[in-house]
Amino acid sequence: MSILVNENTRLLVQGITGREGSFHARRCMEYGTRLVAGVTPGRGGMAFEDGVSVYNRVDQAVSETGANASLVFVPPAFAADAIFEAVDAGISTIVSITEGIPVMDTVRVVNNVKDKGVTFVGPNCPGVISPGARCKVGIMPGAIHLPGRIGVVSRSGTLTYEAVGQLTGLGIGQSTCVGIGGDPVSGTSFIDILRMFNDDSDTDCVVMIGEIGGTREQEAAEYIKGDVSKPVVALIVGRSAPAGRRMGHAGAIITGRAARADEKIKALASAGAAIVPSPADIGNTVQEVMGAAKL
Amino acid sequence: MRVHEYQAKSILAAGGVPVPEGRVALTPQEARQIAEGLGSSSVVKAQVHAGGRGKAGGIRLVSSPAEAEAAAEAMLGSRLVTFQTGPEGVPVNAVLVEEALQVERELYLGMVIDGAAGGVVVMASESGGMEIEEVAERTPEKLLRVAVDPTLGLLPYQARRLAYGLNVQRELVSPIAALVGDLYRVFEDHDCSLAEINPLVITRDGRALAADAKMSFDDDALFKRPEIQRLRDPAQEDHLEAQAREHEISYVKLDGDVGCIVNGAGLAMATMDVIGAAGASPANFLDVGGGADEDKVAQALRIILSDSSVSRVLVNIFGGILRCDVVARGILMTAEAMPDAVRPMVVRMLGTNAQQGREVLAGSSLDVTLVDDLGEAARAIRAMG
Repeated sequence: MSILVNENTRLLVQGITGREGSFHARRCMEYGTRLVAGVTPGRGGMAFEDGVSVYNRVDQAVSETGANASLVFVPPAFAADAIFEAVDAGISTIVSITEGIPVMDTVRVVNNVKDKGVTFVGPNCPGVISPGARCKVGIMPGAIHLPGRIGVVSRSGTLTYEAVGQLTGLGIGQSTCVGIGGDPVSGTSFIDILRMFNDDSDTDCVVMIGEIGGTREQEAAEYIKGDVSKPVVALIVGRSAPAGRRMGHAGAIITGRAARADEKIKALASAGAAIVPSPADIGNTVQEVMGAAKL
Repeated sequence: MRVHEYQAKSILAAGGVPVPEGRVALTPQEARQIAEGLGSSSVVKAQVHAGGRGKAGGIRLVSSPAEAEAAAEAMLGSRLVTFQTGPEGVPVNAVLVEEALQVERELYLGMVIDGAAGGVVVMASESGGMEIEEVAERTPEKLLRVAVDPTLGLLPYQARRLAYGLNVQRELVSPIAALVGDLYRVFEDHDCSLAEINPLVITRDGRALAADAKMSFDDDALFKRPEIQRLRDPAQEDHLEAQAREHEISYVKLDGDVGCIVNGAGLAMATMDVIGAAGASPANFLDVGGGADEDKVAQALRIILSDSSVSRVLVNIFGGILRCDVVARGILMTAEAMPDAVRPMVVRMLGTNAQQGREVLAGSSLDVTLVDDLGEAARAIRAMG
């Protein structure tokens, strides 16, 4: 079945009339995603494409189109409000691409959605794609993906494409690829996604891509040790990054020993994950692990 | 974004957090005047965006206004080298002249946005004056932590719990709990990403004061805070980093000699690691960003080529929104504009319009090695070393 997005996904794009929103909404449609509506306050009544209307309000869009997932392209200053609106309208899967949302805004959003059965992915992420279901809810280039049985979860965008490119190049397909985002606080953790992949009958093995900063990889390692029965292949980037300097992603800063790449690698290796030695070896390592597990 | 200690203290004081008496001085004469108002002894502190000032000679206890003037004279206009700066150090353009505190105890109080907790975590410890990471590692039981619910804010009992946990005298529990609450409000009201009082000094006459203060602000929230943006001191930044920031390029200067241009922060870190695995070391982190155009790529290469330590350049682009042919033309723009500065390049392009991009470069007069994957990129970089 893949995870998070599939044939049953009815997508709504918030910020659909903006430059990025309209560009990517079309790419999602072209890939095969069922785009059912768009929302931009003040642009209600406009037609985006044949059969895709623009609404002023999310609740309106939901009641008229049955949208159940939202892709958010709203600018940073207004993104949190747009996400709250989607939650209030009953959307169950919300993916926020927007980069540069004030971290306290994200803190409030994450705190708000936690007990509501809503999955919030991002912010500052490339989104989610399930190639077998031809469903893309994000900005990743669809063409590099191949339907298959490897789950990919990552804090990064282009590095996820790199991983997918290496897998597809070796003929290894993906069940779902999820970018959880590069901000210090995110809606979905590695653990959330590992749990979903572990329960997904269409996923055999998980590729996890982490980086310096925070301790989310260590928490994932604890979870892998106790609860994940499928093989996990892990890549941690930022081995060559100095302490105290933010490496692009707002969350990628070494603020203590645990935030370092080597500490994360140590934790994941001791949890039984296969460690990718260099970013050039993501595909090879998966191939070896699958061969050893006879998958 | 970071600010100076004197700026952080003025924000704290406005928020009700007690700070030592004192003022910033830009000249030795000013330092003398401030010291005269503080009595015989005072402290002169170099204002730089780096820790480790004490050991580097950036903090001087003086016993007269004349000594304060001399200390300021020695510091102002110099460059301070600490374990957190490069060997070139950072310029001292201001000193903070403060009352000398009669220290009874040194505590630690800090607040940070913690990804695992999904919000603000307040930390306190009886081991003030030490790096908090060191406390966390050596004596984790001495580090008190309280997670704040973002809808409720820091509650009075949480502040009290920390104050009691610090084992202070009974009369100090209330003032310290109030100080913790005030610091949290400052943190929230200014969109901080870090606020640290280290040490939080208890004086012999029973006052609790922020003897040092470090504050960082969420870069993504600065658009709401013009008053904080005005506190930026470009003199404390590397000049190439300041130039990159102006063009909205994410760039960090590093120690190695392989310059790199990449799209995406994760891929940029991965590229640095590939360079490391090849036995070389990266001269920088650089993410041109998803929406880059030719000018921005050209600017990125200009920054890389302005760095005299760069001996070769690795370009690694996974085209998505950013098209590879745009990157190639951006590279040529700069290469043609500054032919004498060009270094040998290894270029790897994949994704949107990769073939066109490669053709643009292959058809130029540039010394370019085109490679297909990261493994080949590593081998090419090693071969040039």
